[in-house]
Amino acid sequence: MTTETPQAKDKVTLQGEGFIDWSALTSINFAGTQMLIILGVAALVIAGIELAVHLFRIPSYVFPAPSEIASALVVSFPNLVPHILVTLQELATGYLIGALIGIILAAVITQFPFIEKIITPYILLLVTTPMVALVPLLILKFGFGQTPRIIAIALASGPMVMINSSTGFRRTDAAKIALARSYGATTLQIFQKVRFPLALPMIIVGLMVGGIFGLTTCVGAEMVGGGMGLGTRLTYYSSLARMAPFFAVIIIVAIIGISLYVLFYFIGKKWASWEA
Amino acid sequence: MSDQPVIVVEKASKTFKSARGPVRALESFDMFVNQGQFVSIVGPSGCGKSTLLWAMASLWPLSGGTIQIMGQEVRSPRREVGMVFQSANLLPWRNLLDNIHFPFEIMHENPKRYEDRIKELLQLTSLTGFEGHMPQELSGGMQQRASIVRALSYDPQVLLMDEPFGALDAFTRDEMNLMLLNIWEKSQKTIVFVTHQIPEAVYLSDRVYVMTPRPGRNSRVFDIPLPRPRPLVLTTERAFFDIVAEIKQTIYDDVQAAADAGKYQMDTYAH
Repeated sequence: MTTETPQAKDKVTLQGEGFIDWSALTSINFAGTQMLIILGVAALVIAGIELAVHLFRIPSYVFPAPSEIASALVVSFPNLVPHILVTLQELATGYLIGALIGIILAAVITQFPFIEKIITPYILLLVTTPMVALVPLLILKFGFGQTPRIIAIALASGPMVMINSSTGFRRTDAAKIALARSYGATTLQIFQKVRFPLALPMIIVGLMVGGIFGLTTCVGAEMVGGGMGLGTRLTYYSSLARMAPFFAVIIIVAIIGISLYVLFYFIGKKWASWEA
Repeated sequence: MSDQPVIVVEKASKTFKSARGPVRALESFDMFVNQGQFVSIVGPSGCGKSTLLWAMASLWPLSGGTIQIMGQEVRSPRREVGMVFQSANLLPWRNLLDNIHFPFEIMHENPKRYEDRIKELLQLTSLTGFEGHMPQELSGGMQQRASIVRALSYDPQVLLMDEPFGALDAFTRDEMNLMLLNIWEKSQKTIVFVTHQIPEAVYLSDRVYVMTPRPGRNSRVFDIPLPRPRPLVLTTERAFFDIVAEIKQTIYDDVQAAADAGKYQMDTYAH
């Protein structure tokens, strides 16, 4: 029977929904022999590349030796700092706008299943279309400044945050909502104290993926327009075939991406560990 | 006054809409519960016991009839009425003490005023020392005990319990029953307890209401004359078994009557 009985409603629990794996970093033991082995393997890989580059006399413009990249990183870092700051600023602005709209939209739209059905295809379209592709068009509209980049970042990260947050907000646990209502909870209280905490783990996942999407789009957008930003440096160094500083920039971008991941890993550990 | 009715249920009916048309869950059910009484409702699975309880907590409206609690008709959730749910229903993102503070947050009250009471309840339920534990770190029995502490923490006069020990094993259930009687005797609450475990209902209650198969109607009412306090060993005595057997027989007769009338099909009845 699919009638609305309290028994049936009560069975809606969170069990079997532990699809968020916060253990990706936990599995690494930051101290002791495990760490030594991890570092050792990394050193071997880098040394192997270094050796291969020298052994096969691979020219620097094809693939620079790790030692070259390292020295380029040190030498050009002071020059790159303003570019890093521009990239971070664009990323933060576009991402904050996108994420905020994404979360609010998810919270509202999941309340109206029919509207959600109408809107979802467009959100999927935004998620699957690379927003970098829109940058030339946005430049035509908004000029060469930071505006087209920020819009592209917001468009790339926002839908990603939204789609994950929606999954979170859609988990309505009828028994927990009934519990709050039995104490006379208002709609706002139910949102604050039940629906939002229930959705939070998925919101954090959305913010993590959205952030990384935003970074990718940011660097891509910068490669199109010129001016300041890490993406512009990639175009610049590759046009001069200066591959050592080129890879140095790539490493900086990678470090920003990994930092985003680690940041949300710790946020998830603090605020969503109940789910793991 | 022990003979003053605290809960009066008159002609309570509830019809649910479903894809296959309306389903009558409860029909013209009457019930009276006196101050400080422990009353159970038993009946076959899906008969509408929980439906009635949820209506008493004002979690959904009745389709017909009235429920009065402490002289006032139930229209919205009331502070004097506490509810214990089928599963422990703790919020997994809050530790035990924060779960107990949850009702206070919703009602904008300061739990500090009830600190002593909460401490005593934690003591009675052997949960002292586990205040900082997360629900998933507690056993099923501990979780359900915590949910009872949460329901009693703000001192409601009436406690509604919806198959609270249904998910627990037989021995844990016995322990919980003993603990519940202990708390009830100390606190003089009025308790309405829904279960499909007839021995549990007999052991705990002053009075047992039997509900017919869906739609839930009044079948028989049993007053349980067993003396109190009731030790667990009582459940092995002849007098206890006789009452359990009579209630079981009543339910089987009701089910048979419904089946004869073509209203009850064993296979499709499970929800």
